[in-house]
Amino acid sequence: MIEKAFKGSTGYWVWMLFLLSIMGVGGLCYVQQFNYGLGITGMSRDVTWGIYISQFTFLVGVAAGGLMLVLPYYIHNYKAFGRIVILGEFMAIAAIAMCLMFIIADLGQPMRALNVLLHPTPNSMLFWDMIVLNGYLFLNILCGWVVLQSEYKGIKYPKWIKPFIYLSIPWAISIHTVTAFLYCGLPGRHFWLTAILAPRFLASAFAAGPALLMIIAMVLKKTTKFDVGREAQDKLVTIIGYAAMLNFFFLGCEFFVAYYSQIPGHMHTLDYLYWGLGHGEEVFNNLVPFMRASVIMGLAGIGLIFVSRAKQSDGLLVVSCLLIFISFWIDKGLGLVLGGFVPSPLEYVTEYVPSVQELGITAAIWATGFFILSILYKVAISVKLEKEA
Amino acid sequence: MDSKRRDFLKIAGLTAIAGIAAPSAFNTLLKGEAIASAGQAAAGGHGAAAPTGKRYGMVIDVKKFTENSGLAEQCVSVCHTIHNVPDFGNRKDEIKWIWIESYEHTFPTESQYKRPDALKDMPILTLCNHCDNPPCVRACPTKATYKKKDGIVGMDYHRCIGCRFCMAACPYGARSFNWRDPRGKDANGQPFIKAENPKYPTRMRGVVEKCNFCTERLAIGQIPACVEVAAQTKAIVFGDMNDPESEISQVLKTSFTIQRNPAIGTHPSLFYII
Repeated sequence: MIEKAFKGSTGYWVWMLFLLSIMGVGGLCYVQQFNYGLGITGMSRDVTWGIYISQFTFLVGVAAGGLMLVLPYYIHNYKAFGRIVILGEFMAIAAIAMCLMFIIADLGQPMRALNVLLHPTPNSMLFWDMIVLNGYLFLNILCGWVVLQSEYKGIKYPKWIKPFIYLSIPWAISIHTVTAFLYCGLPGRHFWLTAILAPRFLASAFAAGPALLMIIAMVLKKTTKFDVGREAQDKLVTIIGYAAMLNFFFLGCEFFVAYYSQIPGHMHTLDYLYWGLGHGEEVFNNLVPFMRASVIMGLAGIGLIFVSRAKQSDGLLVVSCLLIFISFWIDKGLGLVLGGFVPSPLEYVTEYVPSVQELGITAAIWATGFFILSILYKVAISVKLEKEA
Repeated sequence: MDSKRRDFLKIAGLTAIAGIAAPSAFNTLLKGEAIASAGQAAAGGHGAAAPTGKRYGMVIDVKKFTENSGLAEQCVSVCHTIHNVPDFGNRKDEIKWIWIESYEHTFPTESQYKRPDALKDMPILTLCNHCDNPPCVRACPTKATYKKKDGIVGMDYHRCIGCRFCMAACPYGARSFNWRDPRGKDANGQPFIKAENPKYPTRMRGVVEKCNFCTERLAIGQIPACVEVAAQTKAIVFGDMNDPESEISQVLKTSFTIQRNPAIGTHPSLFYII
């Protein structure tokens, strides 16, 4: 089946070479980081996690988003997702692969990463995150590949795979819950210390994951003969739209609790993210334009996605999905992690700006994710089109 | 008794057992670090601490540092010298085990309103609180940071993978990370560690470090370096808080002290007389 990835149009090869070149440049950046240390990044004593960990957090959501396809198809027997469910599973594989790479990129001593296994520590949420992420990666590789291979052979998938598929559903919830627990169990970081963090993570995941999938599906519709189908498309709009609304509802709850209670610690980070934090003469606000854009883009995206369905416009659908995806990428891939460090526990304000090398490594990991995704999708789509022809 | 009722009672019984067992199971998960005993819960759980065994603690009398100008700086310098703490000359890469902080930053959750003017320039020594319920130890995925039986929160520089979860977890900003090689030299060829002390290991790039209450000195019967520096003025009192006869127990019994952010349940072993 894998041989399908080695045959493709010029466009396919150009795309793959493009990704490889980004991976090459990022690889060089990583060599620099490996030799110098993490000081090459923009992180500091006060802001100890930067864009690596925030990308990791966001991508766990993208991976968990696959659940929104697996659940209707396998539990509710929703046949319209028959063509798209494999895309969801394969996207989860690529997203988890990126998550693991971002964690490794963030380690001060990457050669010691296996210490997490050698000295298992159940009281650490990072230990559990390691287990759920690797477990989810395994489940998706297994389920995706076995089901696709059965289709390739023209038979129904074997019965033994069903328990694994069912297991992958709560497992998807667990990856984002445990990832939220990394943050929301820390005393003294008010912005993260909220019981609604895991639900909010899940809501944004169930919007951002399917939104990315929808964008890719539309690209495939244009460039290949692969069409996920109108019914699946319309159903996904409902899922993305409502999940995105839920995310904003949760965000609103955070605002209410902070500003109605007037507890300074609860307001500080929201002040910093959305209005800027004054500290003596200076005002620190480098994330404000991003966070405001996130809210505007997210709300606009929600409105437009329902318009796109009413008008049956694929163009508008892509635009609205892009708006929602970028909005949630800013919200979680920037604001959530970076905001938690401002102000510091001693109430100093230190801002973070990623370095060039850091951005290079980040781009390379995204490129690697898309490289894996392209191979998997190439195989899946070739098999699907071959069987239908 | 019909079978439905028996089933119901069985389920009710099992639920009750599960309900009773759940907290202890949860404590096992936290490895006894969040001991939520009934006695502490009654007291609000903010100030209580493990009552048995040795527990080292420290009382810092801030006024004595104002009276003896330069003393705080001396404490910092001695600590950093004997522990081979590098000086990178910038805030971003900074590593510090003990440092001088203002009142407003050390106690940001205390009221800052209409405080005596004297507080403004008070040099307050700030270091690891060696919490009895340390969030950093809970967060560490490799047990590279751990709590010893004497209450000291230690670091294993050889096991640390540099994930910096402990730094996110520490509510006191007490931890530093080796963003670059501390054994290296700056652009002018000056080593970051001015004079290396062979009695204490230097660290490598990519690991976290912090104050260790001079555990290496305690092991050979010495007191912590900062305490020794301040010995004449008694500005810092160090000892076993669980020994009722110890000097620190007497000080804690007779003086009003405060801890940094006690509301979050970390049970710090550091006390301040302001």
